[in-house]
Amino acid sequence: MLARRIARHGITLVAIVLLGGFLSALLVRLAPGFDADEAELDPHLNSESIQALRQARAEQHNILRFYLHSLEHAAHGDLGTSISLNQPVAALLRQRIPVTLRMAGMGLLLSWAAAMALALSAAWLRFQTYDTLATVISGTLLCIPAAVLALLSVLWNVPGAIAIALIVFPRDYRYARNLLAKAYSMPHIITARAKGLSEWRILLWHAVPVAAPQLLAVAGVTVSLALGAAIPVEALCGFAGVGQLAWQAALARDLPLLMNITILVTLVTLLANSSADVIGSLVRNQEV
Amino acid sequence: MSAGRRVACAVLLLVAGVSLAANWLAPGGYAKQYREATDAPPSRQHWLGTDEIGRDRFARVLYGTRISLLLAPAAALLSTLMAALIGGLAGYLGGVWARIAMAVTDLFLSLPWLFLLIMVRALMPLNVSPLFSIVVTFFMLGLLGWTSAARVLCASSATLKDSDFVRQARASGVRGARLFWIHVLPNLKPVLYAQFWVSIPVFILSEANLGILGLGVAEPMPSWGSLLKELEGLVSVGEEPWKFVPLALLIVVVTSFQLVLSNQEEVAV
Repeated sequence: MLARRIARHGITLVAIVLLGGFLSALLVRLAPGFDADEAELDPHLNSESIQALRQARAEQHNILRFYLHSLEHAAHGDLGTSISLNQPVAALLRQRIPVTLRMAGMGLLLSWAAAMALALSAAWLRFQTYDTLATVISGTLLCIPAAVLALLSVLWNVPGAIAIALIVFPRDYRYARNLLAKAYSMPHIITARAKGLSEWRILLWHAVPVAAPQLLAVAGVTVSLALGAAIPVEALCGFAGVGQLAWQAALARDLPLLMNITILVTLVTLLANSSADVIGSLVRNQEV
Repeated sequence: MSAGRRVACAVLLLVAGVSLAANWLAPGGYAKQYREATDAPPSRQHWLGTDEIGRDRFARVLYGTRISLLLAPAAALLSTLMAALIGGLAGYLGGVWARIAMAVTDLFLSLPWLFLLIMVRALMPLNVSPLFSIVVTFFMLGLLGWTSAARVLCASSATLKDSDFVRQARASGVRGARLFWIHVLPNLKPVLYAQFWVSIPVFILSEANLGILGLGVAEPMPSWGSLLKELEGLVSVGEEPWKFVPLALLIVVVTSFQLVLSNQEEVAV
């Protein structure tokens, strides 16, 4: 059952990732000004060099052939060369991935720690004022554009991970609070409380296990949020990560780079979602 | 209606009314440069000071608010219509159509929203007229923002397809497009209505993000995004606090939308 579920996730994941890569390549190919190359305006280049540049770009004209060709090379570890940065895409990604993973990972961890601490204490204490205050804070953060939070983090000299945490936190808190509130309103918890069980025991033994599978699913979704948040944070705060690279690739219409970043981002997001789904179903099965 | 929701409605109406009266409240317009007073602090002539090229910030805030408040609902309408057509039809037709529609939806949803926006916006012409940049920005938001709504509508439409009244209509000889338009689509209205309202603050914030990253509405046209871009050059918060007015207004408007729509989100999800 579990093996079939994992296999189904795997097939969907591969299909969507391949489709995503193809669509990003298609989008860049159809974008206005795709054929224009500033390098051709360089007065130091002779007609043969310009011809060579055009020849290199001509290989990208048939998008399907270009895509299949790229996939074949990718299978051998060659992800192509970035047009705008003139460096191998694999090397660029190798340099940038750790920066983004560290920052987004730390941001996610901080955001989930804060959201769970607030949501658990709100559910446990059941003080209306405390709950309202936490909701107002998360609601206000939700109303501030991610790019503004990134700018403010530069202004206040706050680490990028905290900026990402502040962007992701309101969503985490909202889901966590709602799921725990729903769990606390279930009959078995009301019965447990009526029987005189301690709040601590009710929380850990009865409320959290009920909300855990859904919380795990939400955790998977927030990986995508953290990666999205990394774009303005890296672009505006000057961190050399994948978010900044994606931003530069999009502005420069760098086809090989953009295609590989899209595949990478889609892969990470889908892997996170699928893992959360599989772990969630395992938790559910254990409870049953 | 609760007191909080009433206040939020009043705030939204007030902000919309004031922004619509921009022509009278700021007759100088958003592009007029006061070259003798560049980057000036607030004064009697310029309530929120001027920007670095001498344009009245108050006028730009009013016109920018008008653009965001008029075009975010337009983009929300477009995305809701697309969601209704794609998601509603996919759920109604079922089978391979539903699978294709949901695969495309999964693909869109697997990419972070801001990454998708930046990628698509950057591929469109960047050196366009200011008016065209407004259309491009909000049209793109509408074109890309339908996916999560389509998923909900596909599920709702699939449920409706097997409901008793639709079976009865089918048994009475109603078929195909007529069955969809007359019996299925009108019953999706609560979800569509909720999606429309929930999308507005999302699109306002998305435009602001794009504007700060330089991919939103082009100069000299103001928008919340381009106004917030001014924060990039700030050295400290206390130095020029009036530059935070657009941000405060944006927070007030989006918060008001969240308050007004607090029950709509449950219908939309």
